[in-house]
Amino acid sequence: MDYSILVGGAAGQGLDTLANILEKILKRCGFYVFTHRDYMSRVRGGHNFTQIRFSDKEVYSFKDQVDLILALNKESFILHKDRLKEDGIIISHEELEADNFIKLPLKEIKNKIKNPKVLNIVGMGAILKYFGLPLDIGKEVLESSFKKKYLEDNMLALLAGYDLIEAKYKLPTFKDKNIIISGNKALALGAIAAGCKFYCGYPMTPSTSILTYISSKANEMGIVVDQVEDEIAALNMALGASFAGVRAMTASSGGGFALMVEALSFAGILEVPVVIVNAQRVGPATGMATRTEQSDLRFVIHAGHGEFPRMVIALRDPEDAFYQTARAFNISDKYQMPVIILTDLYLADYSKTIKPFDFSSISIERYIDKEVGGRYKKYEITESGISRRIIPGKIEGQIVLGDSHEHDECGHITEDPDLRTKMVLKRMRKLEALEQEVEEPWLIGNEEAENLIVCWGSTYGAVKEAVDRLNEEGLSIGALVFGDIWPFPTNKLMKLGKRAKTIIDIEQNATGQLDSIIREKTPFGADYKILKFNGRPFSGDEVYSRLKSILG
Amino acid sequence: MADRYELHEPSWCPGCGNYMIRTALKMALEELNIKPHEVVIVSGIGQAAKMPHYISVNGFNGLHGRAIPPAIGIKMANKDLHVIVESGDGDTYGEGGNHFIHGIRRNIDIAHFVHNNQIYGLTKGQASPTTAMGQITTLQFDGVKVEPLNPLALALTMGAGFVARGFSGDIPHLVGLMKEAIKYKGYALVDILQPCVVWNRVNTFSWYKNRVYHLPESYDYTNKEEAMKKALEFGDRIPIGILYKVEKETYLDRFDFIKEGPPLVDVELNPLDAERLMEEFR
Amino acid sequence: MDYSLIVGGEAGQGMDTFASLFEKAIKRCGYNVYAYSDYMSRIRGGHNFFNIRFSKDNILAIKDRIDILFALNEESVGIHKEKVKETGIIIADEKVAKEDNSITHLKLSEIASSLKNKRVENTVGLGAILNYFGVPIHIASQVIREEFKEEIAEVNLRALEEGYKLLDTRYPLQIREDDKILINGNEAVALGAIAAGCKFYCGYPMTPSTGVLNYIARYANEFNIVVDQVEDEVAALNMALGASYAGVRAMTGSSGGGFALMVEALSLAGIIEVPVVLINVQRPGPATGFPTRTEQADLRFMIHAGHGEFPRMVIALRDTEDAFYQTVRAFNIAEKYHIPVLLMSDQHLADGVTTKKPFNFKDIKIERHIESNIKGEFKTYELTESGISPRIIPGKIEGTTVLVDSDEHDEYGHITESAEIRTKMVDKRLRKFELLKEEVQEPWHIGDQEPENLVVCWGSTYGAVKEAVEKLLNEGVSIAALVFGDIWPFPTNKLLNLSRKAKKIIDVEQNAMAQLDSLIREVALLKSDHKILKYDGRPFTTDEVYRRIKEVI
Repeated sequence: MDYSILVGGAAGQGLDTLANILEKILKRCGFYVFTHRDYMSRVRGGHNFTQIRFSDKEVYSFKDQVDLILALNKESFILHKDRLKEDGIIISHEELEADNFIKLPLKEIKNKIKNPKVLNIVGMGAILKYFGLPLDIGKEVLESSFKKKYLEDNMLALLAGYDLIEAKYKLPTFKDKNIIISGNKALALGAIAAGCKFYCGYPMTPSTSILTYISSKANEMGIVVDQVEDEIAALNMALGASFAGVRAMTASSGGGFALMVEALSFAGILEVPVVIVNAQRVGPATGMATRTEQSDLRFVIHAGHGEFPRMVIALRDPEDAFYQTARAFNISDKYQMPVIILTDLYLADYSKTIKPFDFSSISIERYIDKEVGGRYKKYEITESGISRRIIPGKIEGQIVLGDSHEHDECGHITEDPDLRTKMVLKRMRKLEALEQEVEEPWLIGNEEAENLIVCWGSTYGAVKEAVDRLNEEGLSIGALVFGDIWPFPTNKLMKLGKRAKTIIDIEQNATGQLDSIIREKTPFGADYKILKFNGRPFSGDEVYSRLKSILG
Repeated sequence: MADRYELHEPSWCPGCGNYMIRTALKMALEELNIKPHEVVIVSGIGQAAKMPHYISVNGFNGLHGRAIPPAIGIKMANKDLHVIVESGDGDTYGEGGNHFIHGIRRNIDIAHFVHNNQIYGLTKGQASPTTAMGQITTLQFDGVKVEPLNPLALALTMGAGFVARGFSGDIPHLVGLMKEAIKYKGYALVDILQPCVVWNRVNTFSWYKNRVYHLPESYDYTNKEEAMKKALEFGDRIPIGILYKVEKETYLDRFDFIKEGPPLVDVELNPLDAERLMEEFR
Repeated sequence: MDYSLIVGGEAGQGMDTFASLFEKAIKRCGYNVYAYSDYMSRIRGGHNFFNIRFSKDNILAIKDRIDILFALNEESVGIHKEKVKETGIIIADEKVAKEDNSITHLKLSEIASSLKNKRVENTVGLGAILNYFGVPIHIASQVIREEFKEEIAEVNLRALEEGYKLLDTRYPLQIREDDKILINGNEAVALGAIAAGCKFYCGYPMTPSTGVLNYIARYANEFNIVVDQVEDEVAALNMALGASYAGVRAMTGSSGGGFALMVEALSLAGIIEVPVVLINVQRPGPATGFPTRTEQADLRFMIHAGHGEFPRMVIALRDTEDAFYQTVRAFNIAEKYHIPVLLMSDQHLADGVTTKKPFNFKDIKIERHIESNIKGEFKTYELTESGISPRIIPGKIEGTTVLVDSDEHDEYGHITESAEIRTKMVDKRLRKFELLKEEVQEPWHIGDQEPENLVVCWGSTYGAVKEAVEKLLNEGVSIAALVFGDIWPFPTNKLLNLSRKAKKIIDVEQNAMAQLDSLIREVALLKSDHKILKYDGRPFTTDEVYRRIKEVI
């Protein structure tokens, strides 16, 4: 079983509330759920929609076709009617010309409830009935979702909707053992689990929900959250907090990250750990504020003047988001370097059922010395390139000097050419050490595949579904999904690339940025590129059909 | 009369103060008989900054916080253009704070209309630099912990020659302010109080309506000390009108070749003019 | 003949003046000059020096060994003594390093005291050294009269005369015809911008880019140029874009750290399709790094800076002449394609002074690609086959307005969220890049047509590489060098051609990560066998490049 529901309407019509409640009900019924959100850059009006897919097997992407459309306005119907399966239905209070159309009796509902805001919940009642899902679970979730004064109307609405139509399915329910979480919340939770105590940022879609989530837990978890005046302040402030000893993070989208570039270079020479998130959206400049893209890869790898080590990690799904964010803090502390996390609007906003996070598996490794013999040297030249780290103000007789100039081991300005060379090499040695601990990409499908797909980050889900399906059809195909992407891990790619006859690059950008890295770092290059840059994410179906058209 | 500035239907929320500001701006332009091609609206990013898309004049919709620098570039390049900056409180006083301060120091001839709703709209309800201390927002769950910025007092301190405050709910008055600001030779700040119907539940239409009052006819807008007092009056009563206005030399006036000559954009380019510069290298 | 001089001392000891007088006097004798200044990031104290080389041949870099050291303090003797050839001399005032017998002590301060002007001490030294090389005193006197105001010139002239008496002529220069100019990289860039009709330049002072700002500011009133010293670099590029939108040629410049603050607006330039020229005069990073030293470490950064994908051109400047002509060309390309054109220089080129043929202003073309006969509703982003839309100046056509937008937009510049238009607009912008690829210039080629050893380099390493390669060619080595100027889009024809027979590719760069090599790997699928890298903040000398190439071939 595998069903998809699409709920569409204008901004301000309560789509978010509906989707949040519905996905929770489906999860409580024991299904695997995948919710994809598509919204415009406005506060009221326009057209937004949410697609909720549920199944008894794990799902990684959304579907092109849906079983049910709940249209809160006419536009939703017009835009999405072609995506309805033949046996699917449309529910709406509007007068629509469609087969399989169930009209919500708006007037009657209004008479009964006297609250026009609950129309969405009426629709949800109908959806529950249609799939034959237990009303009790619906009530339960509703109770936990609304404040008392709103609960009664919503409960009436749920029942009204439930009574409205006949059940088409009688779906079984299962034991609910999962959590459902979005990419950004998983990321934020990872940061909290890792002991991030200072978070600052400027609101910018799609990074804002990290800021909001951490802020909502700030007092409980003892985290300072600072809404800064601009992104230039953000990274400089985070570096200050980290210099003083607390784990610090900042996040933005591409345009905000662009303003952090100077301070990124600073982090490089200062050798103070920091975690920076770039939740990518469509560029250049303002671009499309609420749409997805993966076009900042080369930018974040090369951002900043001068040369310094950094790590770039692309997140692949909400589970990865949690664990990689926690890992990012350890790596950042270990190498005293900036770790950049790349996510994107699609992953930031979609939610998915996953196993509850294992907090006991998170280790916090800080690499902080409590005592030092002799005079402390912030930039002591060591074999590994990593100098000892102490917290300023904690050891009597020891001071810590961080410096943005080229400096000597103690952090004092120098203009000496030999010392300069030594310091560059010291910093570069950290990158070499880091190269030894980068994680190879995830492998999907056949290890000895004739057709090798390369992709990175959030395209994982769609690629996985497509590759699994093609393998079932007997095609020799495998995919490497890069998470750690700088330093670029090449072992698996070298192994699989030698065997593969065809390499296909799948990315959400227009220039094939991963392919450019592969060309730079390995003897391979993609034979085909499947690129998409219209702001909409790949579905598993789309990747499948585009692969089919290449591979025949 | 046909509305020659009419363009697309805005995507603002119903009831948003931006609609009134847009109406007032169109009326001001019409009453000053400024043709669409003679004016440029420069904006950053935010709900207010969408203005160039809703009025049919030249438009430069740039980056968040960065409306003032391109406005300066435009005015210096073509002094014949009327340059108007339209942006919100977060855009102008937060992200663009440094440009706001240094733009005033230049005293360049632009009219700056700040849509001040004391909240972030487009990003959904976070505190802006003018949100009151303690106010609960979608991000500051236990209240704002920083002092609000006072734009009018700051502008006066920086030496601005035209400082005014308007209210989106008083269109005739606002049109008057806008006309004065556009006509003013130099940098003219009009901070326009405006309700955000979705995100700011404190500073609502009636909150402003109950507090704003017109500066009396007798008010001497050339008295800077008085102006400062009025700028600091932001509580039970909020004065609207021109707080301060004096004539000052503008940035353009300090460039003789612009003051006396044609607009820079009309200067003919000839490489041979520069050949004489090689002499010093011989 | 090929001589080198170093004058060294503390900041504030007047080396700048000495160097510019000496350079000019030598040039007036008809000789080529190359001078590099090595200075510390401080106003007083420290150790600074000028290395001035001159020859009748075209010279493009400094040498390791020198013929004369003029030490203004004892420290300079210690630092530079080793570089002095066996035939060379060290001169200094008699008070400097009294005990050191290797120094030719001169009564510089005593003469200056007798002239009642302590500050002419260096001019006494100048006279001595010029006489050492047999420079006629009337040439030196003329240079002094041009440099100083009358009153000050008088005392300097007397100091000069006294100086001429102190040393005998050892290397009498033959006077040749002087048909050159003497200029540094920053001045050449600034002059190129003025010649190209740049009418708006804004920037924030940052070493080593400040020279461009200073030069243009000096001539701003004379050439109707608005020069704005901005509050920060974020403002700089945004402001330049405003001016360019309104129709004037606009430029901004900084060094790496300032450029880092322009990155957001660079992306803006990409999507609003407003032309702009920007220069990054590189210095060693990261962050503040070495403010007064040289490096080429921003190549990848410049190519990839900015969120999202958009076309840009990156041009690395190779010498002062190239700096002038490429700056002019940058304006034409920016206005043809409505893209940002990024010039890359570095402290070595910016401050290095060279003799060059006078620039040819007559052949400079200003190509603006501006339309004036458009009526009605104007499409700033009209979808065309080339990807380039027509451009008009806002305010010039009644009834027609121009809207530019940082959001993804439709042809009129209005915000859109349409997936279809988005794809079309990305394709449109990237078509401009495809077109641009057809007009990028192949790298300069030095040496053999079918070399066994192929050197690749870019930008200001040109001089040192050229001299080293020519020396190796004279020794019979099969070698060539490709020196990239246009570097993004990356031209590959010559590289693919010359690499075919090459057994070894040798990458020469002033950075630690071999950024050109990474580009070659990515775009040409070749890689270098050897890398000659330097990142200590000091430029390559000809001798160093020669020696290090020798080591690997």
